[in-house]
Amino acid sequence: MRNRSAITPVLRGVTLTAHRHEVICILGSSGSGKSTLLRCLNLLEVPNRGRMWALGERLKLREAVNGRGGAVLDRRQIQRVRASLGMVFQSFNLWPHRTILENVAEGPTHVLRQPRREAIGVAEQYLAQVGLADRRHHYPRHLSGGQQQRAGIARALAMEPAVLLFDEPTSALDPELTGEVLKVIRSLAEEGRTMLLVTHEIAFAREVSTRAAFMHDGKIEEEGPSQRLFLDPASERLRRFLQSHY
Amino acid sequence: MQLDIFLQSIATLANAAFLTIALTVPSLMVGFIISVPLAFMRASDSRYLSSAILTYTYVFRGTPLLVQLFLIYYGLGQIEVIRHSPLWVLLRDPFWCALLAFSLNSAAYTTELFRGAIQAVPRGLVEAAEAIGMSRLQRARLIVFPIAFRTALPSYTNEVIGLPKASSLASTVTLLEITGVARRLVSETFAPYEIFLAAGVIYLALTYLVTSVFRLLERYLAGAEPKVARNTAMLSLRRVSP
Repeated sequence: MRNRSAITPVLRGVTLTAHRHEVICILGSSGSGKSTLLRCLNLLEVPNRGRMWALGERLKLREAVNGRGGAVLDRRQIQRVRASLGMVFQSFNLWPHRTILENVAEGPTHVLRQPRREAIGVAEQYLAQVGLADRRHHYPRHLSGGQQQRAGIARALAMEPAVLLFDEPTSALDPELTGEVLKVIRSLAEEGRTMLLVTHEIAFAREVSTRAAFMHDGKIEEEGPSQRLFLDPASERLRRFLQSHY
Repeated sequence: MQLDIFLQSIATLANAAFLTIALTVPSLMVGFIISVPLAFMRASDSRYLSSAILTYTYVFRGTPLLVQLFLIYYGLGQIEVIRHSPLWVLLRDPFWCALLAFSLNSAAYTTELFRGAIQAVPRGLVEAAEAIGMSRLQRARLIVFPIAFRTALPSYTNEVIGLPKASSLASTVTLLEITGVARRLVSETFAPYEIFLAAGVIYLALTYLVTSVFRLLERYLAGAEPKVARNTAMLSLRRVSP
């Protein structure tokens, strides 16, 4: 998979496969392309070249030709795939004109077309799971960052996604608030959910992930089972990266 | 000042206010309905689409409303095709001409207003809607427009306040709305001071009505307080203190 933003290629030949029940952590320093990789997976950014499969389905993409970037060919397919890939953003991105209950119920109501009452029930259940049952009628701006991010996770969960994508979920949080969010993510990992996690929380990544990938300069420099990758990195760069983060 | 003339003309002009309302309310509604899709096209990435809409808004914002009204009222009748079309029944009537001019003018201003607000919606909020699998129409309807409308509301209120006053131009094409009636009364009584003062008072009253409604709307859409926040805060306070 290759992606080009403006002039500099951000991703340059990345191959990554996620199997069911895997928790894959994507590490790397800023600008290495971790977020871009994640955003390519649900086509928030469209790669210029390459092949992608989601849930056994080959995504229909147009390759970039002279100046025009890659593009989505089948919008409905992409919408369907996106609905099954839950995304949690670094900056939460809760919709400010909706209460958090409405934020969570929006997808089930309009994308999954569940009856309103059923969608509300699902939303309440997931808000309870992330510990926000009593805040469900609040607007996002009345919540702390940690609470907003937990609501963001509930919004992704309410779609019953096959895979959860986390894009630096704790990077925008004050240090004392990261704990509550990491706790929720850990419990999801323990449920056996398939997850891809871009993070700077190395200790946490090591603890929850089954597999890890280290990115550098738009490529996957090293990839493998977490236990080996964290304890015995093959690449010198990863070794230095891990040392500087402990 | 003669108070009886003033009071009498208030009564007469209040009647004429119905025509002012009949001109402005439908114009605003039509303007709103047209402007929402146009604003999305204007904000779209397609340069052709955007510049086509820009041409329309540029022309209607760049020329005086009076000129637009005259062009529609006097100008359209010059065109053979229109004179022989079934539309002529409407277009020879000054009321419908004024309504058309006001609607198109209002739509142009409102389009640009909403365009700005649509472009100001933070990218991440749209991405969150994309990521959840919403279609383009769902994103526009459920996320982008509701957020943009809240941003644009104060400026949109200005547009709504402006139109009843701009509609005084309808008096130049024989329509007897507030200003039209006022001018006729002046020519009958030679008491311009009392009568135009009365006209001013009526316009003020209309504006007061509009601003009150929009203030309420603004407060409602802001969702000022979380729906149960106050209650729970009280309860938890009581629970904590023994």
